[in-house]
Amino acid sequence: MKGWLRADGRKGIRNTVVVAYLVECAHFVASEIVAAFRDQDVQLIGFPGCFPNEYAARMMERLCTHPNVGAVLFVSLGCESFDKVRAANAVDASGRPVKTLVIQKSGGTRATVQAGRDWVAGALTQIAGVPRVAMAVNELIIGTVCGGSDGTSGISGNPAAGRAFDLLVAEGAACIFEETGELIGCEEIMAARAITPELGQALRDSVQKAERYYATLGFGSFAAGNAAGGLSTIEEKSLGAYVKSGDSPISGLIKPGDVPPQGGLYLMDVVPDGEVRFGFPNISDNAEIVEMIASGAHLTLFVTGRGSVVGSAISPVIKICANPDTYRALADDMDVNAGDIIEGARSIAEVGQEIRDLVVAVAGGAKTKSEDLGHREFILTYKSFEPIGPACLPGAA
Amino acid sequence: MTGPFLLLHDADNVLVARMNAPEGLEITLDSGPVRLARPIPMAHKIARHAIAAGETILKYGMPIGIATEDIAPGAHVHIHNIRSAYTATHALQDADGISAGVSR
Repeated sequence: MKGWLRADGRKGIRNTVVVAYLVECAHFVASEIVAAFRDQDVQLIGFPGCFPNEYAARMMERLCTHPNVGAVLFVSLGCESFDKVRAANAVDASGRPVKTLVIQKSGGTRATVQAGRDWVAGALTQIAGVPRVAMAVNELIIGTVCGGSDGTSGISGNPAAGRAFDLLVAEGAACIFEETGELIGCEEIMAARAITPELGQALRDSVQKAERYYATLGFGSFAAGNAAGGLSTIEEKSLGAYVKSGDSPISGLIKPGDVPPQGGLYLMDVVPDGEVRFGFPNISDNAEIVEMIASGAHLTLFVTGRGSVVGSAISPVIKICANPDTYRALADDMDVNAGDIIEGARSIAEVGQEIRDLVVAVAGGAKTKSEDLGHREFILTYKSFEPIGPACLPGAA
Repeated sequence: MTGPFLLLHDADNVLVARMNAPEGLEITLDSGPVRLARPIPMAHKIARHAIAAGETILKYGMPIGIATEDIAPGAHVHIHNIRSAYTATHALQDADGISAGVSR
Protein backbone atom coordinates (compact mmCIF):
# COMPACT_ATOMS: atom_id res chain seq x y z
CA MET A 1 0.00 0.00 0.00
CA LYS A 2 1.38 3.41 -1.01
CA GLY A 3 0.08 6.90 -0.37
CA TRP A 4 0.70 10.36 -1.80
CA LEU A 5 2.72 12.22 0.84
CA ARG A 6 1.39 15.68 1.74
CA ALA A 7 3.32 18.51 3.41
CA ASP A 8 1.56 17.94 6.77
CA GLY A 9 2.80 14.34 6.84
CA ARG A 10 -0.61 12.78 6.08
CA LYS A 11 -0.86 10.42 3.14
CA GLY A 12 -3.61 10.22 0.53
CA ILE A 13 -4.90 7.15 -1.29
CA ARG A 14 -5.95 9.27 -4.28
CA ASN A 15 -4.42 12.34 -5.94
CA THR A 16 -7.40 14.42 -6.97
CA VAL A 17 -7.77 17.91 -8.41
CA VAL A 18 -10.81 19.46 -6.77
CA VAL A 19 -12.83 22.20 -8.47
CA ALA A 20 -14.98 23.93 -5.85
CA TYR A 21 -17.75 26.41 -6.55
CA LEU A 22 -18.37 28.85 -3.71
CA VAL A 23 -22.02 29.65 -4.45
CA GLU A 24 -24.68 28.01 -6.63
CA CYS A 25 -24.25 30.86 -9.12
CA ALA A 26 -20.78 29.47 -9.93
CA HIS A 27 -21.89 25.81 -10.04
CA PHE A 28 -22.42 25.55 -13.79
CA VAL A 29 -19.10 27.17 -14.68
CA ALA A 30 -17.27 24.86 -12.26
CA SER A 31 -19.04 21.79 -13.66
CA GLU A 32 -18.13 22.84 -17.23
CA ILE A 33 -14.47 23.01 -16.18
CA VAL A 34 -14.64 19.50 -14.70
CA ALA A 35 -16.52 18.11 -17.73
CA ALA A 36 -13.38 18.38 -19.86
CA PHE A 37 -11.58 15.87 -17.63
CA ARG A 38 -14.01 12.94 -17.59
CA ASP A 39 -11.25 10.33 -17.66
CA GLN A 40 -8.94 12.03 -15.18
CA ASP A 41 -9.16 12.50 -11.44
CA VAL A 42 -10.81 15.93 -11.43
CA GLN A 43 -13.83 16.29 -9.17
CA LEU A 44 -16.53 18.84 -8.47
CA ILE A 45 -17.48 19.96 -4.97
CA GLY A 46 -19.11 23.16 -3.76
CA PHE A 47 -21.29 25.10 -1.40
CA PRO A 48 -24.56 26.54 -2.75
CA GLY A 49 -25.38 29.27 -0.23
CA CYS A 50 -24.75 32.99 -0.51
CA PHE A 51 -24.91 33.66 3.25
CA PRO A 52 -21.79 33.30 5.43
CA ASN A 53 -21.49 30.17 7.60
CA GLU A 54 -18.52 29.18 9.75
CA TYR A 55 -19.29 25.45 9.48
CA ALA A 56 -19.28 25.59 5.67
CA ALA A 57 -16.04 27.58 5.65
CA ARG A 58 -14.33 25.10 7.97
CA MET A 59 -15.66 22.09 6.07
CA MET A 60 -14.44 23.50 2.77
CA GLU A 61 -10.96 24.10 4.20
CA ARG A 62 -10.80 20.57 5.63
CA LEU A 63 -12.03 19.02 2.39
CA CYS A 64 -9.63 21.00 0.21
CA THR A 65 -6.65 20.03 2.42
CA HIS A 66 -7.76 16.36 2.65
CA PRO A 67 -4.86 13.97 2.00
CA ASN A 68 -6.63 12.57 -1.10
CA VAL A 69 -6.61 16.06 -2.67
CA GLY A 70 -3.58 17.27 -4.66
CA ALA A 71 -4.69 20.67 -5.96
CA VAL A 72 -7.69 23.00 -5.72
CA LEU A 73 -9.42 25.43 -8.08
CA PHE A 74 -12.01 27.71 -6.45
CA VAL A 75 -14.70 29.16 -8.70
CA SER A 76 -16.39 32.27 -7.33
CA LEU A 77 -19.11 34.40 -8.90
CA GLY A 78 -17.60 37.36 -7.08
CA CYS A 79 -20.32 38.82 -4.86
CA GLU A 80 -21.14 35.82 -2.64
CA SER A 81 -20.35 35.88 1.09
CA PHE A 82 -18.02 32.87 1.13
CA ASP A 83 -14.53 34.00 2.27
CA LYS A 84 -12.56 32.82 -0.74
CA VAL A 85 -9.33 34.49 0.39
CA ARG A 86 -9.35 32.58 3.69
CA ALA A 87 -10.07 29.31 1.85
CA ALA A 88 -7.32 29.84 -0.71
CA ASN A 89 -4.82 30.82 1.99
CA ALA A 90 -5.56 27.60 3.88
CA VAL A 91 -4.93 25.49 0.78
CA ASP A 92 -1.79 27.46 -0.08
CA ALA A 93 -0.45 26.98 3.47
CA SER A 94 -0.93 23.22 3.04
CA GLY A 95 1.56 23.23 0.17
CA ARG A 96 -0.97 22.43 -2.57
CA PRO A 97 -1.34 24.28 -5.87
CA VAL A 98 -4.39 26.57 -5.59
CA LYS A 99 -6.10 29.08 -7.85
CA THR A 100 -9.23 31.21 -7.49
CA LEU A 101 -11.19 32.32 -10.54
CA VAL A 102 -13.80 35.06 -10.11
CA ILE A 103 -16.35 34.88 -12.93
CA GLN A 104 -17.26 38.57 -12.70
CA LYS A 105 -13.60 39.50 -13.19
CA SER A 106 -12.64 36.79 -15.67
CA GLY A 107 -14.84 37.71 -18.62
CA GLY A 108 -17.90 35.61 -17.83
CA THR A 109 -18.82 32.00 -18.46
CA ARG A 110 -16.83 31.11 -21.58
CA ALA A 111 -13.59 32.80 -20.56
CA THR A 112 -13.73 31.43 -17.01
CA VAL A 113 -14.36 27.88 -18.20
CA GLN A 114 -11.36 28.13 -20.52
CA ALA A 115 -9.12 29.64 -17.83
CA GLY A 116 -10.23 26.93 -15.41
CA ARG A 117 -9.53 24.12 -17.84
CA ASP A 118 -6.08 25.53 -18.57
CA TRP A 119 -5.27 25.76 -14.87
CA VAL A 120 -6.52 22.23 -14.11
CA ALA A 121 -4.46 20.77 -16.96
CA GLY A 122 -1.36 22.41 -15.50
CA ALA A 123 -2.23 21.26 -11.97
CA LEU A 124 -2.61 17.65 -13.11
CA THR A 125 0.92 17.75 -14.51
CA GLN A 126 2.25 19.41 -11.39
CA ILE A 127 0.73 16.96 -8.89
CA ALA A 128 1.83 13.94 -10.91
CA GLY A 129 5.18 14.66 -9.27
CA VAL A 130 3.92 14.28 -5.67
CA PRO A 131 5.92 11.45 -4.07
CA ARG A 132 4.18 8.12 -3.36
CA VAL A 133 5.51 6.48 -0.23
CA ALA A 134 4.82 3.35 1.80
CA MET A 135 1.59 3.56 3.81
CA ALA A 136 0.33 1.27 6.55
CA VAL A 137 -3.18 0.38 7.78
CA ASN A 138 -2.55 2.37 10.96
CA GLU A 139 -2.37 5.54 8.82
CA LEU A 140 -5.87 5.04 7.46
CA ILE A 141 -9.06 6.77 8.58
CA ILE A 142 -12.21 4.89 7.60
CA GLY A 143 -15.81 6.02 7.94
CA THR A 144 -19.00 4.01 7.91
CA VAL A 145 -22.52 5.00 7.03
CA CYS A 146 -25.70 3.16 6.18
CA GLY A 147 -28.29 4.34 3.71
CA GLY A 148 -31.38 2.89 2.16
CA SER A 149 -31.53 0.62 5.20
CA ASP A 150 -33.99 -2.22 5.49
CA GLY A 151 -34.58 -5.04 7.93
CA THR A 152 -31.60 -6.99 6.52
CA SER A 153 -29.11 -4.16 7.22
CA GLY A 154 -28.97 -4.85 10.95
CA ILE A 155 -28.65 -8.61 10.49
CA SER A 156 -26.03 -8.92 7.73
CA GLY A 157 -24.39 -5.78 6.30
CA ASN A 158 -24.00 -3.74 9.46
CA PRO A 159 -22.63 -6.59 11.63
CA ALA A 160 -20.16 -7.44 8.84
CA ALA A 161 -19.06 -3.79 8.62
CA GLY A 162 -18.70 -3.83 12.41
CA ARG A 163 -16.50 -6.91 12.17
CA ALA A 164 -14.33 -5.16 9.58
CA PHE A 165 -14.09 -2.15 11.92
CA ASP A 166 -12.91 -4.44 14.75
CA LEU A 167 -10.17 -5.86 12.50
CA LEU A 168 -9.10 -2.38 11.30
CA VAL A 169 -9.09 -0.86 14.81
CA ALA A 170 -6.96 -3.81 15.99
CA GLU A 171 -4.50 -2.96 13.19
CA GLY A 172 -4.30 0.65 14.41
CA ALA A 173 -6.63 2.40 11.96
CA ALA A 174 -8.98 5.20 13.04
CA CYS A 175 -12.60 4.26 12.37
CA ILE A 176 -15.54 6.67 12.50
CA PHE A 177 -19.23 5.84 12.85
CA GLU A 178 -21.88 8.54 12.92
CA GLU A 179 -25.46 9.74 12.71
CA THR A 180 -26.41 10.17 16.34
CA GLY A 181 -30.04 10.53 15.16
CA GLU A 182 -29.83 6.84 14.22
CA LEU A 183 -28.44 5.83 17.61
CA ILE A 184 -31.59 6.84 19.48
CA GLY A 185 -32.32 3.99 21.86
CA CYS A 186 -28.68 2.79 21.89
CA GLU A 187 -27.24 5.51 24.15
CA GLU A 188 -26.84 3.41 27.30
CA ILE A 189 -25.19 0.37 25.69
CA MET A 190 -22.93 2.72 23.73
CA ALA A 191 -21.93 4.83 26.75
CA ALA A 192 -20.80 1.64 28.51
CA ARG A 193 -18.16 1.13 25.78
CA ALA A 194 -16.48 4.53 26.27
CA ILE A 195 -12.88 4.47 27.52
CA THR A 196 -13.76 6.92 30.32
CA PRO A 197 -17.02 7.60 32.21
CA GLU A 198 -16.83 11.28 31.16
CA LEU A 199 -16.68 10.28 27.50
CA GLY A 200 -19.60 7.91 28.14
CA GLN A 201 -21.65 10.84 29.41
CA ALA A 202 -20.67 12.90 26.33
CA LEU A 203 -21.85 10.05 24.07
CA ARG A 204 -25.15 9.84 25.96
CA ASP A 205 -25.58 13.64 25.74
CA SER A 206 -24.96 13.61 21.98
CA VAL A 207 -27.78 11.12 21.39
CA GLN A 208 -30.13 13.01 23.69
CA LYS A 209 -29.34 16.17 21.71
CA ALA A 210 -30.26 14.31 18.52
CA GLU A 211 -33.51 13.10 20.05
CA ARG A 212 -34.49 16.67 21.02
CA TYR A 213 -33.47 18.03 17.63
CA TYR A 214 -35.47 15.51 15.63
CA ALA A 215 -38.45 15.84 17.98
CA THR A 216 -38.55 19.57 17.15
CA LEU A 217 -38.34 18.84 13.43
CA GLY A 218 -41.19 16.33 13.70
CA PHE A 219 -39.46 13.58 11.73
CA GLY A 220 -36.90 11.02 12.80
CA SER A 221 -33.96 10.00 10.62
CA PHE A 222 -36.21 7.51 8.90
CA ALA A 223 -37.17 7.39 5.22
CA ALA A 224 -40.30 5.84 3.73
CA GLY A 225 -38.19 3.12 2.13
CA ASN A 226 -37.00 1.99 5.55
CA ALA A 227 -40.60 1.01 6.37
CA ALA A 228 -41.08 -0.74 3.04
CA GLY A 229 -37.98 -2.74 3.92
CA GLY A 230 -39.47 -3.99 7.17
CA LEU A 231 -38.23 -1.42 9.67
CA SER A 232 -41.10 -0.16 11.82
CA THR A 233 -39.56 2.45 14.15
CA ILE A 234 -36.49 4.68 14.53
CA GLU A 235 -35.24 2.59 17.47
CA GLU A 236 -35.40 -0.57 15.37
CA LYS A 237 -33.42 1.18 12.62
CA SER A 238 -31.00 2.52 15.23
CA LEU A 239 -30.23 -0.87 16.73
CA GLY A 240 -29.43 -2.20 13.28
CA ALA A 241 -27.27 0.83 12.46
CA TYR A 242 -25.44 0.74 15.78
CA VAL A 243 -23.82 -2.64 15.09
CA LYS A 244 -21.73 -1.01 12.33
CA SER A 245 -19.56 0.23 15.18
CA GLY A 246 -18.40 -3.31 16.01
CA ASP A 247 -17.24 -4.24 19.51
CA SER A 248 -14.14 -2.07 20.05
CA PRO A 249 -13.97 0.40 22.93
CA ILE A 250 -15.04 3.92 21.91
CA SER A 251 -12.02 6.23 22.05
CA GLY A 252 -13.62 9.56 21.35
CA LEU A 253 -16.45 11.78 20.22
CA ILE A 254 -15.70 14.12 17.32
CA LYS A 255 -17.66 16.63 15.25
CA PRO A 256 -17.46 17.17 11.47
CA GLY A 257 -13.98 18.37 10.55
CA ASP A 258 -12.27 17.09 13.72
CA VAL A 259 -9.57 14.59 12.70
CA PRO A 260 -9.14 11.55 15.00
CA PRO A 261 -5.84 12.11 16.82
CA GLN A 262 -4.79 8.43 16.68
CA GLY A 263 -6.12 4.97 15.91
CA GLY A 264 -9.30 3.73 17.56
CA LEU A 265 -13.06 3.96 17.23
CA TYR A 266 -14.78 7.36 17.19
CA LEU A 267 -18.39 8.50 17.13
CA MET A 268 -19.10 11.56 15.01
CA ASP A 269 -21.77 13.88 16.45
CA VAL A 270 -23.49 15.23 13.34
CA VAL A 271 -26.42 17.02 14.96
CA PRO A 272 -25.95 20.82 15.16
CA ASP A 273 -25.60 22.56 18.54
CA GLY A 274 -28.00 25.15 19.85
CA GLU A 275 -31.53 25.87 18.72
CA VAL A 276 -32.84 24.16 15.61
CA ARG A 277 -31.71 26.23 12.62
CA PHE A 278 -31.19 25.56 8.91
CA GLY A 279 -33.41 22.45 8.87
CA PHE A 280 -32.55 18.75 9.02
CA PRO A 281 -29.05 17.84 10.27
CA ASN A 282 -28.10 15.79 7.21
CA ILE A 283 -30.54 15.99 4.34
CA SER A 284 -29.29 12.85 2.60
CA ASP A 285 -26.62 10.14 2.90
CA ASN A 286 -23.90 12.04 1.04
CA ALA A 287 -24.02 14.87 3.59
CA GLU A 288 -22.89 12.32 6.19
CA ILE A 289 -20.18 10.94 3.93
CA VAL A 290 -18.86 14.46 3.25
CA GLU A 291 -18.61 15.14 6.99
CA MET A 292 -16.54 12.02 7.58
CA ILE A 293 -14.28 12.97 4.67
CA ALA A 294 -13.83 16.41 6.27
CA SER A 295 -12.63 14.52 9.35
CA GLY A 296 -9.99 12.85 7.21
CA ALA A 297 -11.73 9.64 6.10
CA HIS A 298 -9.72 8.12 3.24
CA LEU A 299 -12.66 5.92 2.30
CA THR A 300 -16.15 5.07 3.50
CA LEU A 301 -17.99 1.78 4.06
CA PHE A 302 -21.61 2.24 2.95
CA VAL A 303 -24.09 -0.45 4.00
CA THR A 304 -27.36 -0.57 2.07
CA GLY A 305 -30.38 -2.85 2.07
CA ARG A 306 -32.82 -1.14 -0.31
CA GLY A 307 -29.96 -0.41 -2.69
CA SER A 308 -28.12 2.91 -2.77
CA VAL A 309 -25.90 3.52 -5.81
CA VAL A 310 -23.96 6.58 -4.61
CA GLY A 311 -20.24 7.15 -4.41
CA SER A 312 -18.53 10.35 -3.30
CA ALA A 313 -16.17 13.07 -4.35
CA ILE A 314 -12.68 12.97 -2.75
CA SER A 315 -12.84 9.58 -0.98
CA PRO A 316 -13.93 6.21 -2.45
CA VAL A 317 -17.08 4.49 -1.18
CA ILE A 318 -17.21 0.71 -0.68
CA LYS A 319 -20.81 -0.46 -0.97
CA ILE A 320 -21.88 -3.40 1.14
CA CYS A 321 -25.25 -4.84 0.18
CA ALA A 322 -27.12 -6.37 3.09
CA ASN A 323 -30.07 -7.76 1.13
CA PRO A 324 -29.46 -10.71 -1.24
CA ASP A 325 -32.39 -9.79 -3.54
CA THR A 326 -31.09 -6.22 -3.84
CA TYR A 327 -27.60 -7.53 -4.54
CA ARG A 328 -28.89 -9.59 -7.45
CA ALA A 329 -30.86 -6.60 -8.77
CA LEU A 330 -28.00 -4.07 -8.46
CA ALA A 331 -24.84 -6.19 -8.58
CA ASP A 332 -23.01 -3.68 -10.83
CA ASP A 333 -23.25 -1.11 -8.03
CA MET A 334 -22.28 -3.31 -5.09
CA ASP A 335 -18.76 -4.17 -3.90
CA VAL A 336 -19.68 -6.74 -1.25
CA ASN A 337 -22.60 -9.18 -1.04
CA ALA A 338 -23.40 -9.39 2.66
CA GLY A 339 -26.72 -10.95 1.61
CA ASP A 340 -24.76 -14.21 1.70
CA ILE A 341 -25.15 -14.02 5.49
CA ILE A 342 -28.97 -13.92 5.26
CA GLU A 343 -28.92 -16.90 2.92
CA GLY A 344 -26.53 -18.84 5.14
CA ALA A 345 -23.81 -19.04 2.46
CA ARG A 346 -21.15 -17.17 4.44
CA SER A 347 -20.60 -16.08 8.04
CA ILE A 348 -20.42 -12.53 9.41
CA ALA A 349 -16.72 -13.15 10.11
CA GLU A 350 -16.04 -14.19 6.51
CA VAL A 351 -17.76 -11.13 5.03
CA GLY A 352 -16.08 -8.89 7.64
CA GLN A 353 -12.69 -10.19 6.53
CA GLU A 354 -13.61 -9.57 2.87
CA ILE A 355 -14.51 -5.95 3.71
CA ARG A 356 -11.24 -5.43 5.62
CA ASP A 357 -9.24 -6.86 2.70
CA LEU A 358 -11.16 -4.69 0.24
CA VAL A 359 -10.34 -1.58 2.32
CA VAL A 360 -6.64 -2.37 1.95
CA ALA A 361 -7.02 -3.06 -1.79
CA VAL A 362 -8.94 0.19 -2.41
CA ALA A 363 -6.42 2.12 -0.32
CA GLY A 364 -3.78 0.57 -2.57
CA GLY A 365 -5.47 1.94 -5.69
CA ALA A 366 -8.15 -0.59 -6.67
CA LYS A 367 -11.31 1.19 -7.82
CA THR A 368 -14.64 0.66 -6.08
CA LYS A 369 -17.75 0.00 -8.16
CA SER A 370 -19.08 3.54 -7.65
CA GLU A 371 -15.68 5.06 -8.51
CA ASP A 372 -15.50 3.01 -11.67
CA LEU A 373 -19.01 4.06 -12.68
CA GLY A 374 -18.03 7.71 -12.18
CA HIS A 375 -20.15 8.46 -9.10
CA ARG A 376 -18.86 11.57 -7.32
CA GLU A 377 -21.80 12.82 -5.29
CA PHE A 378 -21.25 15.75 -2.97
CA ILE A 379 -23.46 17.91 -0.78
CA LEU A 380 -22.66 20.56 1.80
CA THR A 381 -25.35 22.62 3.52
CA TYR A 382 -25.76 25.06 6.42
CA LYS A 383 -25.10 23.90 10.00
CA SER A 384 -23.58 25.24 13.19
CA PHE A 385 -21.51 23.54 15.87
CA GLU A 386 -19.78 24.37 19.12
CA PRO A 387 -16.28 22.86 19.56
CA ILE A 388 -16.14 19.45 21.27
CA GLY A 389 -15.83 19.43 25.06
CA PRO A 390 -12.74 18.39 27.11
CA ALA A 391 -14.11 14.88 27.85
CA CYS A 392 -14.46 13.97 24.17
CA LEU A 393 -10.89 12.90 23.33
CA PRO A 394 -9.44 11.42 26.55
CA GLY A 395 -6.67 9.55 24.74
CA ALA A 396 -5.32 12.54 22.81
CA ALA A 397 -1.70 13.41 23.51
CA MET B 1 -35.07 -20.74 13.26
CA THR B 2 -38.73 -21.40 12.40
CA GLY B 3 -38.83 -22.18 8.67
CA PRO B 4 -38.07 -18.93 6.88
CA PHE B 5 -38.12 -16.98 10.16
CA LEU B 6 -35.18 -16.08 12.41
CA LEU B 7 -35.23 -15.65 16.16
CA LEU B 8 -32.51 -13.05 16.75
CA HIS B 9 -32.55 -13.13 20.57
CA ASP B 10 -34.14 -15.43 23.16
CA ALA B 11 -36.03 -12.53 24.75
CA ASP B 12 -37.62 -11.40 21.45
CA ASN B 13 -41.36 -11.46 20.82
CA VAL B 14 -40.89 -11.08 17.05
CA LEU B 15 -39.33 -13.27 14.37
CA VAL B 16 -37.66 -11.86 11.23
CA ALA B 17 -38.19 -13.26 7.72
CA ARG B 18 -34.89 -14.28 6.14
CA MET B 19 -36.64 -14.76 2.77
CA ASN B 20 -39.99 -13.83 1.26
CA ALA B 21 -42.63 -16.01 2.94
CA PRO B 22 -45.89 -16.62 0.99
CA GLU B 23 -49.43 -16.11 2.29
CA GLY B 24 -50.88 -19.35 3.68
CA LEU B 25 -47.51 -20.81 4.60
CA GLU B 26 -47.83 -22.98 7.71
CA ILE B 27 -45.22 -22.34 10.37
CA THR B 28 -44.85 -23.78 13.85
CA LEU B 29 -44.66 -21.38 16.78
CA ASP B 30 -44.47 -22.18 20.51
CA SER B 31 -48.27 -21.93 20.64
CA GLY B 32 -48.66 -24.39 17.76
CA PRO B 33 -49.04 -24.21 13.97
CA VAL B 34 -50.34 -21.03 12.28
CA ARG B 35 -50.84 -20.02 8.65
CA LEU B 36 -49.52 -16.66 7.45
CA ALA B 37 -52.49 -14.36 6.81
CA ARG B 38 -50.50 -12.38 4.22
CA PRO B 39 -47.14 -12.62 2.46
CA ILE B 40 -44.26 -11.57 4.71
CA PRO B 41 -41.45 -9.94 2.69
CA MET B 42 -37.82 -10.57 3.57
CA ALA B 43 -36.72 -8.69 6.71
CA HIS B 44 -40.28 -8.00 7.88
CA LYS B 45 -41.41 -9.29 11.28
CA ILE B 46 -44.14 -11.55 12.66
CA ALA B 47 -45.30 -12.07 16.24
CA ARG B 48 -43.55 -14.99 17.93
CA HIS B 49 -46.51 -15.34 20.31
CA ALA B 50 -49.57 -13.32 21.33
CA ILE B 51 -48.67 -9.69 22.12
CA ALA B 52 -51.04 -7.46 24.07
CA ALA B 53 -51.66 -3.79 23.24
CA GLY B 54 -49.17 -1.65 25.17
CA GLU B 55 -46.55 -4.38 25.36
CA THR B 56 -42.94 -3.58 24.41
CA ILE B 57 -41.73 -5.16 21.17
CA LEU B 58 -38.31 -6.79 21.56
CA LYS B 59 -35.90 -7.47 18.66
CA TYR B 60 -32.17 -8.15 19.13
CA GLY B 61 -33.28 -8.43 22.78
CA MET B 62 -33.86 -4.67 22.76
CA PRO B 63 -37.03 -2.52 22.71
CA ILE B 64 -37.99 -1.38 19.21
CA GLY B 65 -41.47 -0.01 19.94
CA ILE B 66 -44.83 -0.50 21.61
CA ALA B 67 -47.81 -2.55 20.40
CA THR B 68 -50.81 -0.31 19.56
CA GLU B 69 -53.26 -3.25 19.43
CA ASP B 70 -53.40 -6.92 20.37
CA ILE B 71 -51.29 -8.94 17.94
CA ALA B 72 -51.95 -12.63 17.24
CA PRO B 73 -49.16 -15.22 16.95
CA GLY B 74 -47.78 -15.25 13.40
CA ALA B 75 -49.32 -11.87 12.48
CA HIS B 76 -47.30 -9.22 10.62
CA VAL B 77 -45.74 -6.81 13.12
CA HIS B 78 -45.15 -3.43 11.51
CA ILE B 79 -46.19 0.22 11.42
CA HIS B 80 -49.93 -0.62 11.49
CA ASN B 81 -49.74 -2.25 14.94
CA ILE B 82 -46.62 -0.89 16.70
CA ARG B 83 -45.32 2.63 17.33
CA SER B 84 -42.00 4.21 18.25
CA ALA B 85 -41.32 5.23 21.84
CA TYR B 86 -39.38 8.17 20.36
CA THR B 87 -40.54 9.80 17.09
CA ALA B 88 -43.38 8.84 14.78
CA THR B 89 -42.53 6.74 11.73
CA HIS B 90 -42.92 8.27 8.29
CA ALA B 91 -44.07 5.83 5.63
CA LEU B 92 -45.65 5.77 2.16
CA GLN B 93 -47.96 3.42 0.28
CA ASP B 94 -45.21 0.82 -0.15
CA ALA B 95 -44.74 0.27 3.60
CA ASP B 96 -46.37 -3.16 3.37
CA GLY B 97 -43.21 -4.28 1.58
CA ILE B 98 -45.25 -5.66 -1.34
CA SER B 99 -46.55 -2.61 -3.25
CA ALA B 100 -44.03 -0.98 -5.54
CA GLY B 101 -44.89 2.54 -4.36
CA VAL B 102 -45.80 3.78 -7.86
CA SER B 103 -49.30 4.42 -9.19
CA ARG B 104 -48.89 2.46 -12.43
